[in-house]
Amino acid sequence: MATLISGASSPLYAARRRKNAITMTLAYAATGFGLIWLALILIVLFWQGFSGLSLAVFTQMTPPPGSAGGLLNPIMGSLVMTIIAVVIGTPLGMLAGTYMAEYGRYDKLSSVVRFINDILLSAPSIVIGLFVYEIMVAQMGHFSGWAGAVALAVIVVPVVVRTTEDMLTLLPDTLREAAASIGLPRSLMIQKVAYRAARAGMITGVLLAVARISGETAPLLFTALNNQFWSTNMNAPVSSLPVVIFQFALSPYKDWQNLAWTGALIITLAVLALSIVARFLGGQSKKS
Amino acid sequence: MSMANFTVPTVTNSVGANETLTEKVTVKDLDFFYGDHRALKNINVSLYHGKVTAFIGPSGCGKSTLLRILNRMYDLYPNQRATGTVRLDNDNILSPSQDLNLLRAKVGMVFQKPTPFPMTIYENIAFGIRLYEKLPKSELDDRVKHALARAALWDEVKDKLGANGQSLSGGQQQRLCIARTVAVRPEVILFDEPCSALDPISTAKIEELIDELKEDYTIAIVTHNMQQAARVSDFTAFMYLGELVEYGDTTKIFTTPNDRRTQDYITGRFG
Repeated sequence: MATLISGASSPLYAARRRKNAITMTLAYAATGFGLIWLALILIVLFWQGFSGLSLAVFTQMTPPPGSAGGLLNPIMGSLVMTIIAVVIGTPLGMLAGTYMAEYGRYDKLSSVVRFINDILLSAPSIVIGLFVYEIMVAQMGHFSGWAGAVALAVIVVPVVVRTTEDMLTLLPDTLREAAASIGLPRSLMIQKVAYRAARAGMITGVLLAVARISGETAPLLFTALNNQFWSTNMNAPVSSLPVVIFQFALSPYKDWQNLAWTGALIITLAVLALSIVARFLGGQSKKS
Repeated sequence: MSMANFTVPTVTNSVGANETLTEKVTVKDLDFFYGDHRALKNINVSLYHGKVTAFIGPSGCGKSTLLRILNRMYDLYPNQRATGTVRLDNDNILSPSQDLNLLRAKVGMVFQKPTPFPMTIYENIAFGIRLYEKLPKSELDDRVKHALARAALWDEVKDKLGANGQSLSGGQQQRLCIARTVAVRPEVILFDEPCSALDPISTAKIEELIDELKEDYTIAIVTHNMQQAARVSDFTAFMYLGELVEYGDTTKIFTTPNDRRTQDYITGRFG
Protein backbone atom coordinates (compact mmCIF):
# COMPACT_ATOMS: atom_id res chain seq x y z
CA MET A 1 0.00 0.00 0.00
CA ALA A 2 1.20 3.45 -0.82
CA THR A 3 2.00 5.74 2.06
CA LEU A 4 0.03 8.94 2.02
CA ILE A 5 2.06 12.05 2.69
CA SER A 6 -0.04 14.97 3.75
CA GLY A 7 0.54 18.00 1.55
CA ALA A 8 1.86 20.28 4.26
CA SER A 9 4.66 18.00 5.40
CA SER A 10 5.80 16.98 1.93
CA PRO A 11 9.42 18.03 1.26
CA LEU A 12 8.41 19.41 -2.12
CA TYR A 13 5.86 21.68 -0.53
CA ALA A 14 8.32 22.88 2.12
CA ALA A 15 10.81 23.80 -0.60
CA ARG A 16 8.12 25.70 -2.44
CA ARG A 17 7.27 27.63 0.70
CA ARG A 18 10.91 28.58 1.20
CA LYS A 19 11.20 29.76 -2.38
CA ASN A 20 8.01 31.75 -1.96
CA ALA A 21 9.35 33.44 1.18
CA ILE A 22 12.61 34.38 -0.51
CA THR A 23 10.89 35.71 -3.63
CA MET A 24 8.40 37.72 -1.63
CA THR A 25 11.21 39.28 0.43
CA LEU A 26 13.05 40.25 -2.74
CA ALA A 27 9.90 41.69 -4.26
CA TYR A 28 9.19 43.79 -1.17
CA ALA A 29 12.80 44.96 -1.05
CA ALA A 30 12.69 46.02 -4.71
CA THR A 31 9.42 47.87 -4.18
CA GLY A 32 10.79 49.56 -1.09
CA PHE A 33 13.95 50.58 -2.91
CA GLY A 34 11.92 52.25 -5.63
CA LEU A 35 9.54 53.94 -3.22
CA ILE A 36 12.33 55.36 -1.06
CA TRP A 37 13.63 57.51 -3.91
CA LEU A 38 10.17 58.66 -4.82
CA ALA A 39 9.51 59.58 -1.19
CA LEU A 40 12.82 61.40 -0.89
CA ILE A 41 12.17 63.38 -4.04
CA LEU A 42 8.72 64.39 -2.85
CA ILE A 43 9.91 65.25 0.66
CA VAL A 44 12.76 67.42 -0.61
CA LEU A 45 10.43 69.03 -3.13
CA PHE A 46 7.87 69.91 -0.49
CA TRP A 47 10.57 70.97 1.96
CA GLN A 48 12.19 73.34 -0.49
CA GLY A 49 9.21 74.43 -2.52
CA PHE A 50 6.35 74.70 -0.09
CA SER A 51 7.63 77.79 1.73
CA GLY A 52 7.75 79.63 -1.58
CA LEU A 53 4.10 78.98 -2.39
CA SER A 54 2.27 82.28 -2.09
CA LEU A 55 -0.18 84.41 -3.98
CA ALA A 56 2.73 86.31 -5.49
CA VAL A 57 3.90 83.19 -7.29
CA PHE A 58 0.66 83.14 -9.25
CA THR A 59 0.31 86.91 -9.78
CA GLN A 60 3.77 88.27 -10.48
CA MET A 61 6.25 87.92 -13.31
CA THR A 62 9.61 86.22 -13.07
CA PRO A 63 11.90 88.70 -11.34
CA PRO A 64 15.46 89.75 -12.06
CA PRO A 65 17.86 88.29 -9.50
CA GLY A 66 17.60 89.96 -6.13
CA SER A 67 14.04 91.25 -6.36
CA ALA A 68 10.68 89.77 -5.53
CA GLY A 69 8.54 88.12 -8.16
CA GLY A 70 6.52 85.10 -9.14
CA LEU A 71 5.94 82.61 -11.89
CA LEU A 72 2.87 84.01 -13.60
CA ASN A 73 4.36 84.24 -17.09
CA PRO A 74 5.79 80.69 -17.15
CA ILE A 75 2.58 79.29 -15.63
CA MET A 76 0.52 81.03 -18.30
CA GLY A 77 2.95 80.02 -21.02
CA SER A 78 2.87 76.39 -19.94
CA LEU A 79 -0.92 76.42 -19.72
CA VAL A 80 -1.40 78.00 -23.13
CA MET A 81 1.13 75.78 -24.90
CA THR A 82 -0.23 72.66 -23.21
CA ILE A 83 -3.78 73.54 -24.20
CA ILE A 84 -2.79 74.20 -27.81
CA ALA A 85 -0.75 71.00 -27.90
CA VAL A 86 -3.73 69.01 -26.65
CA VAL A 87 -6.08 70.75 -29.06
CA ILE A 88 -3.79 69.84 -31.96
CA GLY A 89 -2.71 66.41 -30.77
CA THR A 90 -5.91 64.92 -29.40
CA PRO A 91 -8.04 64.89 -32.58
CA LEU A 92 -5.10 63.66 -34.64
CA GLY A 93 -4.36 60.92 -32.16
CA MET A 94 -7.98 59.89 -31.76
CA LEU A 95 -8.57 59.76 -35.49
CA ALA A 96 -5.47 57.65 -36.06
CA GLY A 97 -6.32 55.38 -33.14
CA THR A 98 -9.87 55.03 -34.42
CA TYR A 99 -8.64 54.10 -37.87
CA MET A 100 -6.37 51.43 -36.44
CA ALA A 101 -8.95 49.92 -34.12
CA GLU A 102 -12.05 50.19 -36.27
CA TYR A 103 -11.48 50.64 -39.98
CA GLY A 104 -8.02 49.28 -40.52
CA ARG A 105 -7.93 46.59 -37.88
CA TYR A 106 -7.02 43.90 -40.37
CA ASP A 107 -4.95 46.11 -42.69
CA LYS A 108 -1.22 46.00 -43.06
CA LEU A 109 -1.14 49.79 -42.84
CA SER A 110 -2.35 49.57 -39.25
CA SER A 111 0.56 47.42 -38.15
CA VAL A 112 2.97 49.77 -39.87
CA VAL A 113 1.40 52.80 -38.20
CA ARG A 114 1.36 51.00 -34.85
CA PHE A 115 5.06 50.18 -35.16
CA ILE A 116 6.00 53.74 -36.06
CA ASN A 117 3.76 55.11 -33.34
CA ASP A 118 5.50 52.93 -30.76
CA ILE A 119 8.84 54.34 -31.85
CA LEU A 120 7.49 57.88 -31.61
CA LEU A 121 6.09 57.06 -28.20
CA SER A 122 9.53 56.28 -26.85
CA ALA A 123 11.46 58.86 -28.88
CA PRO A 124 13.64 61.10 -26.69
CA SER A 125 11.83 64.40 -26.37
CA ILE A 126 14.99 66.33 -27.17
CA VAL A 127 14.92 64.79 -30.64
CA ILE A 128 11.37 66.03 -31.06
CA GLY A 129 12.55 69.48 -29.94
CA LEU A 130 15.32 69.48 -32.52
CA PHE A 131 12.92 68.29 -35.20
CA VAL A 132 10.50 71.13 -34.56
CA TYR A 133 13.42 73.52 -34.35
CA GLU A 134 14.37 72.50 -37.88
CA ILE A 135 10.91 72.64 -39.41
CA MET A 136 9.58 75.71 -37.60
CA VAL A 137 12.13 77.78 -35.69
CA ALA A 138 14.81 77.64 -38.39
CA GLN A 139 12.25 78.38 -41.12
CA MET A 140 10.61 81.26 -39.30
CA GLY A 141 13.89 82.61 -38.08
CA HIS A 142 12.86 82.95 -34.44
CA PHE A 143 11.70 80.96 -31.45
CA SER A 144 7.96 80.98 -30.81
CA GLY A 145 5.18 79.71 -28.64
CA TRP A 146 3.65 78.03 -31.66
CA ALA A 147 6.78 75.97 -32.18
CA GLY A 148 6.69 74.99 -28.51
CA ALA A 149 3.06 73.94 -28.74
CA VAL A 150 3.73 71.93 -31.89
CA ALA A 151 6.66 70.13 -30.24
CA LEU A 152 4.42 69.23 -27.31
CA ALA A 153 1.67 68.14 -29.72
CA VAL A 154 4.12 65.75 -31.37
CA ILE A 155 4.53 64.15 -27.94
CA VAL A 156 0.77 64.07 -27.33
CA VAL A 157 -0.14 62.35 -30.59
CA PRO A 158 1.45 58.92 -30.02
CA VAL A 159 0.14 58.70 -26.45
CA VAL A 160 -3.41 59.42 -27.59
CA VAL A 161 -3.11 57.11 -30.62
CA ARG A 162 -2.04 54.29 -28.39
CA THR A 163 -4.67 54.70 -25.68
CA THR A 164 -7.46 55.29 -28.20
CA GLU A 165 -6.58 52.17 -30.13
CA ASP A 166 -6.17 50.10 -26.98
CA MET A 167 -9.44 51.26 -25.47
CA LEU A 168 -11.41 50.65 -28.68
CA THR A 169 -9.78 47.26 -29.22
CA LEU A 170 -10.78 46.25 -25.70
CA LEU A 171 -14.46 46.69 -26.53
CA PRO A 172 -16.10 43.35 -27.22
CA ASP A 173 -16.90 42.59 -30.86
CA THR A 174 -20.41 41.74 -29.74
CA LEU A 175 -21.02 45.45 -29.13
CA ARG A 176 -20.05 46.23 -32.73
CA GLU A 177 -22.19 43.36 -33.98
CA ALA A 178 -25.12 44.54 -31.90
CA ALA A 179 -24.78 48.00 -33.40
CA ALA A 180 -24.53 46.56 -36.90
CA SER A 181 -27.53 44.32 -36.23
CA ILE A 182 -29.91 47.27 -36.07
CA GLY A 183 -28.48 48.66 -39.28
CA LEU A 184 -26.17 51.21 -37.74
CA PRO A 185 -23.51 52.37 -40.23
CA ARG A 186 -19.97 51.94 -38.97
CA SER A 187 -19.32 55.67 -38.65
CA LEU A 188 -22.32 56.08 -36.35
CA MET A 189 -21.43 52.93 -34.45
CA ILE A 190 -18.04 54.45 -33.67
CA GLN A 191 -19.40 57.86 -32.67
CA LYS A 192 -22.45 56.81 -30.70
CA VAL A 193 -21.55 53.41 -29.32
CA ALA A 194 -17.82 52.71 -29.34
CA TYR A 195 -16.67 56.17 -28.21
CA ARG A 196 -19.29 56.15 -25.51
CA ALA A 197 -18.21 52.78 -24.21
CA ALA A 198 -14.52 53.66 -24.35
CA ARG A 199 -14.90 57.27 -23.23
CA ALA A 200 -13.34 57.00 -19.78
CA GLY A 201 -10.26 55.23 -21.09
CA MET A 202 -9.82 57.68 -23.93
CA ILE A 203 -10.06 60.68 -21.62
CA THR A 204 -7.56 59.02 -19.32
CA GLY A 205 -5.19 58.77 -22.29
CA VAL A 206 -5.46 62.49 -22.94
CA LEU A 207 -4.87 63.29 -19.27
CA LEU A 208 -1.82 61.06 -19.23
CA ALA A 209 -0.54 62.90 -22.29
CA VAL A 210 -1.06 66.22 -20.51
CA ALA A 211 0.80 64.91 -17.48
CA ARG A 212 3.60 63.79 -19.75
CA ILE A 213 4.05 67.12 -21.56
CA SER A 214 3.62 69.34 -18.54
CA GLY A 215 7.09 68.40 -17.34
CA GLU A 216 8.85 68.39 -20.69
CA THR A 217 11.80 70.78 -20.88
CA ALA A 218 13.96 69.64 -23.77
CA PRO A 219 11.46 70.16 -26.61
CA LEU A 220 10.67 73.66 -25.32
CA LEU A 221 14.29 74.76 -25.01
CA PHE A 222 14.65 74.50 -28.77
CA THR A 223 11.26 75.90 -29.69
CA ALA A 224 9.52 78.28 -27.30
CA LEU A 225 12.78 79.16 -25.56
CA ASN A 226 11.88 81.47 -22.70
CA ASN A 227 10.58 84.93 -22.02
CA GLN A 228 11.19 86.97 -18.90
CA PHE A 229 8.19 89.16 -19.53
CA TRP A 230 4.48 88.81 -19.82
CA SER A 231 3.72 87.88 -23.40
CA THR A 232 0.63 86.47 -25.00
CA ASN A 233 2.16 86.64 -28.44
CA MET A 234 2.50 83.05 -29.62
CA ASN A 235 4.74 84.22 -32.46
CA ALA A 236 7.35 85.30 -29.94
CA PRO A 237 9.33 83.25 -27.45
CA VAL A 238 7.10 82.10 -24.59
CA SER A 239 8.05 81.27 -21.06
CA SER A 240 7.23 77.89 -19.58
CA LEU A 241 7.57 76.34 -16.14
CA PRO A 242 10.01 73.55 -17.02
CA VAL A 243 12.37 75.90 -18.85
CA VAL A 244 12.22 78.50 -16.06
CA ILE A 245 12.93 75.78 -13.50
CA PHE A 246 15.86 74.65 -15.62
CA GLN A 247 17.24 78.17 -15.92
CA PHE A 248 16.58 79.29 -12.34
CA ALA A 249 17.79 76.10 -10.73
CA LEU A 250 21.12 76.37 -12.54
CA SER A 251 21.53 80.03 -11.60
CA PRO A 252 23.74 81.11 -8.69
CA TYR A 253 20.97 83.26 -7.16
CA LYS A 254 19.25 81.96 -4.04
CA ASP A 255 15.85 83.57 -4.77
CA TRP A 256 15.78 82.16 -8.33
CA GLN A 257 16.63 78.73 -6.96
CA ASN A 258 13.76 79.01 -4.49
CA LEU A 259 11.36 79.95 -7.27
CA ALA A 260 12.58 76.92 -9.24
CA TRP A 261 11.71 74.67 -6.30
CA THR A 262 8.29 76.24 -6.04
CA GLY A 263 7.72 75.83 -9.78
CA ALA A 264 8.75 72.18 -9.58
CA LEU A 265 6.30 71.66 -6.75
CA ILE A 266 3.50 73.32 -8.75
CA ILE A 267 4.11 71.02 -11.74
CA THR A 268 4.28 67.97 -9.51
CA LEU A 269 1.02 68.84 -7.77
CA ALA A 270 -0.67 69.54 -11.11
CA VAL A 271 0.50 66.20 -12.52
CA LEU A 272 -0.57 64.46 -9.31
CA ALA A 273 -4.02 66.01 -9.60
CA LEU A 274 -4.29 64.93 -13.24
CA SER A 275 -3.20 61.39 -12.37
CA ILE A 276 -5.81 61.17 -9.65
CA VAL A 277 -8.49 62.35 -12.07
CA ALA A 278 -7.25 59.81 -14.63
CA ARG A 279 -7.31 57.07 -12.00
CA PHE A 280 -10.79 58.03 -10.99
CA LEU A 281 -12.07 57.93 -14.57
CA GLY A 282 -10.24 54.68 -15.27
CA GLY A 283 -11.71 53.08 -12.16
CA GLN A 284 -15.17 54.20 -13.20
CA SER A 285 -14.89 52.57 -16.59
CA LYS A 286 -13.88 49.27 -15.01
CA LYS A 287 -16.95 49.25 -12.82
CA SER A 288 -19.48 49.87 -15.54
CA MET B 1 -26.41 8.41 -17.65
CA SER B 2 -29.93 9.12 -16.54
CA MET B 3 -33.02 8.24 -18.47
CA ALA B 4 -33.65 11.92 -19.16
CA ASN B 5 -30.94 11.87 -21.78
CA PHE B 6 -32.93 9.46 -23.81
CA THR B 7 -36.29 11.09 -23.56
CA VAL B 8 -37.44 12.84 -26.64
CA PRO B 9 -38.35 16.45 -25.79
CA THR B 10 -42.01 17.29 -25.84
CA VAL B 11 -43.02 19.30 -28.84
CA THR B 12 -45.52 22.05 -28.18
CA ASN B 13 -45.91 23.68 -31.55
CA SER B 14 -47.07 21.90 -34.60
CA VAL B 15 -47.80 22.93 -38.13
CA GLY B 16 -51.32 22.23 -39.28
CA ALA B 17 -51.61 20.03 -42.35
CA ASN B 18 -53.70 22.45 -44.36
CA GLU B 19 -51.85 25.59 -43.47
CA THR B 20 -50.37 27.63 -46.31
CA LEU B 21 -46.85 28.74 -45.66
CA THR B 22 -45.23 31.91 -46.98
CA GLU B 23 -41.54 31.58 -47.64
CA LYS B 24 -39.74 34.61 -46.28
CA VAL B 25 -36.13 33.56 -46.49
CA THR B 26 -34.89 30.94 -48.91
CA VAL B 27 -31.39 29.58 -48.67
CA LYS B 28 -30.17 27.75 -51.75
CA ASP B 29 -26.91 25.88 -52.38
CA LEU B 30 -25.17 27.90 -49.72
CA ASP B 31 -21.50 27.37 -48.95
CA PHE B 32 -19.53 29.38 -46.45
CA PHE B 33 -15.80 29.78 -46.04
CA TYR B 34 -13.61 31.00 -43.20
CA GLY B 35 -10.50 31.60 -45.29
CA ASP B 36 -9.99 28.23 -46.94
CA HIS B 37 -12.06 26.30 -44.46
CA ARG B 38 -15.45 25.32 -45.80
CA ALA B 39 -17.67 25.71 -42.77
CA LEU B 40 -21.05 25.24 -44.46
CA LYS B 41 -21.70 22.75 -47.20
CA ASN B 42 -24.52 23.07 -49.66
CA ILE B 43 -27.22 24.32 -47.30
CA ASN B 44 -30.82 24.48 -48.50
CA VAL B 45 -33.46 25.69 -46.11
CA SER B 46 -36.44 28.03 -45.90
CA LEU B 47 -37.79 30.25 -43.16
CA TYR B 48 -41.52 30.88 -43.14
CA HIS B 49 -43.41 33.97 -42.12
CA GLY B 50 -45.13 33.59 -38.77
CA LYS B 51 -43.10 30.52 -37.91
CA VAL B 52 -40.14 29.78 -35.70
CA THR B 53 -37.36 27.71 -37.19
CA ALA B 54 -34.84 26.20 -34.79
CA PHE B 55 -31.30 25.26 -35.73
CA ILE B 56 -29.86 22.55 -33.53
CA GLY B 57 -26.68 20.56 -33.62
CA PRO B 58 -23.46 20.05 -31.71
CA SER B 59 -20.97 22.88 -31.17
CA GLY B 60 -19.11 23.84 -34.32
CA CYS B 61 -21.71 22.40 -36.67
CA GLY B 62 -22.21 25.76 -38.35
CA LYS B 63 -25.61 26.77 -37.03
CA SER B 64 -24.46 30.18 -35.78
CA THR B 65 -22.48 30.66 -38.97
CA LEU B 66 -25.64 30.05 -40.97
CA LEU B 67 -27.58 32.54 -38.85
CA ARG B 68 -24.89 35.19 -39.31
CA ILE B 69 -25.19 34.86 -43.07
CA LEU B 70 -28.85 35.80 -42.99
CA ASN B 71 -28.01 39.38 -41.95
CA ARG B 72 -24.51 39.26 -43.44
CA MET B 73 -22.95 39.85 -40.06
CA TYR B 74 -19.91 37.98 -41.33
CA ASP B 75 -19.19 40.97 -43.57
CA LEU B 76 -17.69 42.74 -40.56
CA TYR B 77 -14.73 40.41 -40.72
CA PRO B 78 -12.12 39.75 -43.36
CA ASN B 79 -11.60 36.47 -45.20
CA GLN B 80 -15.13 35.23 -44.77
CA ARG B 81 -17.33 34.62 -47.78
CA ALA B 82 -20.56 32.95 -48.75
CA THR B 83 -21.53 31.46 -52.13
CA GLY B 84 -24.95 30.39 -53.29
CA THR B 85 -28.11 32.41 -52.85
CA VAL B 86 -30.09 33.63 -49.87
CA ARG B 87 -33.35 35.24 -50.87
CA LEU B 88 -35.22 37.60 -48.60
CA ASP B 89 -38.57 37.86 -50.34
CA ASN B 90 -37.21 38.20 -53.87
CA ASP B 91 -33.84 39.82 -53.35
CA ASN B 92 -30.62 37.89 -53.17
CA ILE B 93 -29.05 39.33 -50.04
CA LEU B 94 -25.66 37.85 -50.91
CA SER B 95 -25.41 40.11 -53.94
CA PRO B 96 -22.57 42.64 -53.58
CA SER B 97 -24.97 45.48 -54.28
CA GLN B 98 -27.07 44.63 -51.22
CA ASP B 99 -27.19 47.59 -48.83
CA LEU B 100 -26.07 46.01 -45.56
CA ASN B 101 -27.61 48.57 -43.25
CA LEU B 102 -31.00 48.25 -44.88
CA LEU B 103 -30.70 44.46 -44.78
CA ARG B 104 -29.91 44.51 -41.08
CA ALA B 105 -32.79 46.84 -40.41
CA LYS B 106 -35.03 44.19 -41.98
CA VAL B 107 -33.27 41.22 -40.41
CA GLY B 108 -32.70 41.90 -36.73
CA MET B 109 -30.53 39.85 -34.44
CA VAL B 110 -30.42 38.99 -30.75
CA PHE B 111 -27.13 37.66 -29.45
CA GLN B 112 -25.97 35.08 -26.99
CA LYS B 113 -24.67 37.65 -24.54
CA PRO B 114 -26.96 40.59 -23.87
CA THR B 115 -25.40 43.62 -25.55
CA PRO B 116 -27.13 46.80 -24.40
CA PHE B 117 -25.50 49.97 -25.66
CA PRO B 118 -23.73 52.15 -23.08
CA MET B 119 -26.65 54.56 -22.81
CA THR B 120 -29.95 54.90 -21.01
CA ILE B 121 -32.73 52.33 -21.37
CA TYR B 122 -34.78 54.85 -23.32
CA GLU B 123 -31.90 55.72 -25.61
CA ASN B 124 -31.12 52.06 -26.26
CA ILE B 125 -34.49 51.81 -27.97
CA ALA B 126 -34.90 55.32 -29.36
CA PHE B 127 -31.47 55.18 -30.95
CA GLY B 128 -32.45 52.54 -33.50
CA ILE B 129 -35.76 54.21 -34.28
CA ARG B 130 -34.11 57.57 -34.97
CA LEU B 131 -31.84 55.95 -37.52
CA TYR B 132 -34.72 55.51 -39.91
CA GLU B 133 -37.45 57.88 -38.81
CA LYS B 134 -37.68 61.44 -37.66
CA LEU B 135 -40.46 61.44 -35.09
CA PRO B 136 -41.82 64.07 -32.74
CA LYS B 137 -40.99 63.40 -29.09
CA SER B 138 -44.41 62.10 -28.12
CA GLU B 139 -44.51 59.63 -30.98
CA LEU B 140 -40.99 58.49 -30.21
CA ASP B 141 -42.01 57.96 -26.59
CA ASP B 142 -44.89 55.80 -27.79
CA ARG B 143 -42.66 53.73 -30.00
CA VAL B 144 -40.16 53.18 -27.18
CA LYS B 145 -42.96 52.20 -24.85
CA HIS B 146 -44.46 49.88 -27.43
CA ALA B 147 -41.12 48.16 -28.10
CA LEU B 148 -40.45 47.70 -24.39
CA ALA B 149 -43.97 46.37 -23.88
CA ARG B 150 -43.50 44.01 -26.79
CA ALA B 151 -40.40 42.64 -25.09
CA ALA B 152 -42.30 42.27 -21.78
CA LEU B 153 -39.98 44.75 -20.12
CA TRP B 154 -42.09 47.90 -19.86
CA ASP B 155 -43.53 47.24 -16.41
CA GLU B 156 -40.09 46.61 -14.98
CA VAL B 157 -38.39 49.69 -16.40
CA LYS B 158 -41.11 52.30 -16.91
CA ASP B 159 -39.97 54.20 -13.79
CA LYS B 160 -36.29 54.17 -14.67
CA LEU B 161 -36.06 54.83 -18.39
CA GLY B 162 -33.18 57.17 -17.67
CA ALA B 163 -31.09 54.46 -16.01
CA ASN B 164 -28.17 52.95 -17.85
CA GLY B 165 -29.14 49.91 -19.89
CA GLN B 166 -26.17 48.05 -18.53
CA SER B 167 -27.48 48.38 -14.99
CA LEU B 168 -30.28 45.90 -15.67
CA SER B 169 -30.08 42.20 -14.83
CA GLY B 170 -28.96 39.75 -17.50
CA GLY B 171 -32.47 38.62 -18.36
CA GLN B 172 -33.73 42.20 -18.48
CA GLN B 173 -30.78 43.21 -20.64
CA GLN B 174 -31.63 40.45 -23.09
CA ARG B 175 -35.25 41.62 -23.26
CA LEU B 176 -33.95 45.17 -23.74
CA CYS B 177 -31.99 43.87 -26.71
CA ILE B 178 -35.12 42.21 -28.07
CA ALA B 179 -37.00 45.49 -27.63
CA ARG B 180 -34.20 47.31 -29.42
CA THR B 181 -34.45 44.86 -32.29
CA VAL B 182 -38.23 45.05 -32.46
CA ALA B 183 -38.18 48.87 -32.36
CA VAL B 184 -36.46 49.04 -35.74
CA ARG B 185 -39.46 47.11 -37.18
CA PRO B 186 -37.65 44.19 -38.75
CA GLU B 187 -39.34 41.46 -40.74
CA VAL B 188 -37.06 38.65 -39.64
CA ILE B 189 -35.53 38.18 -36.18
CA LEU B 190 -32.53 35.95 -35.65
CA PHE B 191 -31.89 34.62 -32.16
CA ASP B 192 -28.38 33.30 -31.61
CA GLU B 193 -28.56 31.19 -28.44
CA PRO B 194 -30.49 33.97 -26.72
CA CYS B 195 -30.89 32.14 -23.43
CA SER B 196 -27.58 30.44 -22.93
CA ALA B 197 -26.40 33.14 -20.51
CA LEU B 198 -29.71 33.33 -18.64
CA ASP B 199 -31.30 31.63 -15.65
CA PRO B 200 -34.35 29.37 -16.12
CA ILE B 201 -36.90 32.02 -15.21
CA SER B 202 -35.48 34.56 -17.65
CA THR B 203 -35.24 31.78 -20.22
CA ALA B 204 -38.92 30.97 -19.82
CA LYS B 205 -39.76 34.66 -20.31
CA ILE B 206 -37.73 34.86 -23.51
CA GLU B 207 -39.31 31.71 -24.87
CA GLU B 208 -42.77 33.04 -24.12
CA LEU B 209 -41.77 36.21 -25.90
CA ILE B 210 -40.59 34.36 -28.99
CA ASP B 211 -43.92 32.61 -29.08
CA GLU B 212 -45.75 35.94 -28.99
CA LEU B 213 -43.47 37.60 -31.52
CA LYS B 214 -43.77 34.91 -34.14
CA GLU B 215 -47.21 36.06 -35.26
CA ASP B 216 -45.69 39.15 -36.80
CA TYR B 217 -42.21 38.05 -37.73
CA THR B 218 -40.19 35.33 -39.29
CA ILE B 219 -38.03 33.89 -36.55
CA ALA B 220 -34.92 31.76 -36.58
CA ILE B 221 -33.31 30.53 -33.38
CA VAL B 222 -30.04 28.76 -32.81
CA THR B 223 -29.99 26.78 -29.63
CA HIS B 224 -27.98 24.16 -27.81
CA ASN B 225 -30.97 23.24 -25.80
CA MET B 226 -33.12 20.67 -27.54
CA GLN B 227 -35.98 21.07 -25.11
CA GLN B 228 -35.98 24.73 -26.04
CA ALA B 229 -36.05 23.92 -29.74
CA ALA B 230 -38.93 21.55 -29.15
CA ARG B 231 -40.80 24.11 -27.08
CA VAL B 232 -40.49 27.18 -29.27
CA SER B 233 -40.12 26.06 -32.86
CA ASP B 234 -42.44 25.01 -35.65
CA PHE B 235 -39.63 23.77 -37.85
CA THR B 236 -36.32 22.31 -36.86
CA ALA B 237 -33.13 21.94 -38.82
CA PHE B 238 -30.48 19.57 -37.54
CA MET B 239 -26.94 20.45 -38.57
CA TYR B 240 -23.84 18.41 -38.25
CA LEU B 241 -20.27 19.14 -39.41
CA GLY B 242 -21.34 22.00 -41.66
CA GLU B 243 -24.14 20.11 -43.31
CA LEU B 244 -27.84 20.40 -42.89
CA VAL B 245 -28.69 16.80 -42.12
CA GLU B 246 -32.40 17.05 -41.76
CA TYR B 247 -35.00 19.75 -41.83
CA GLY B 248 -38.70 19.63 -41.28
CA ASP B 249 -41.67 19.96 -38.99
CA THR B 250 -40.43 20.06 -35.39
CA THR B 251 -42.81 17.28 -34.34
CA LYS B 252 -41.48 15.05 -37.05
CA ILE B 253 -37.82 15.79 -36.35
CA PHE B 254 -38.27 15.04 -32.68
CA THR B 255 -40.44 11.95 -33.03
CA THR B 256 -39.67 10.23 -36.31
CA PRO B 257 -36.48 11.62 -37.78
CA ASN B 258 -35.32 10.12 -41.06
CA ASP B 259 -31.63 10.31 -40.42
CA ARG B 260 -29.78 8.14 -37.96
CA ARG B 261 -27.60 11.12 -36.88
CA THR B 262 -30.63 13.23 -36.03
CA GLN B 263 -32.05 10.36 -34.04
CA ASP B 264 -28.79 9.98 -32.11
CA TYR B 265 -28.49 13.68 -31.41
CA ILE B 266 -32.01 14.29 -30.16
CA THR B 267 -31.89 11.26 -27.93
CA GLY B 268 -28.66 12.53 -26.43
CA ARG B 269 -26.38 9.82 -27.71
CA PHE B 270 -23.85 12.42 -28.83
CA GLY B 271 -23.34 16.15 -29.01
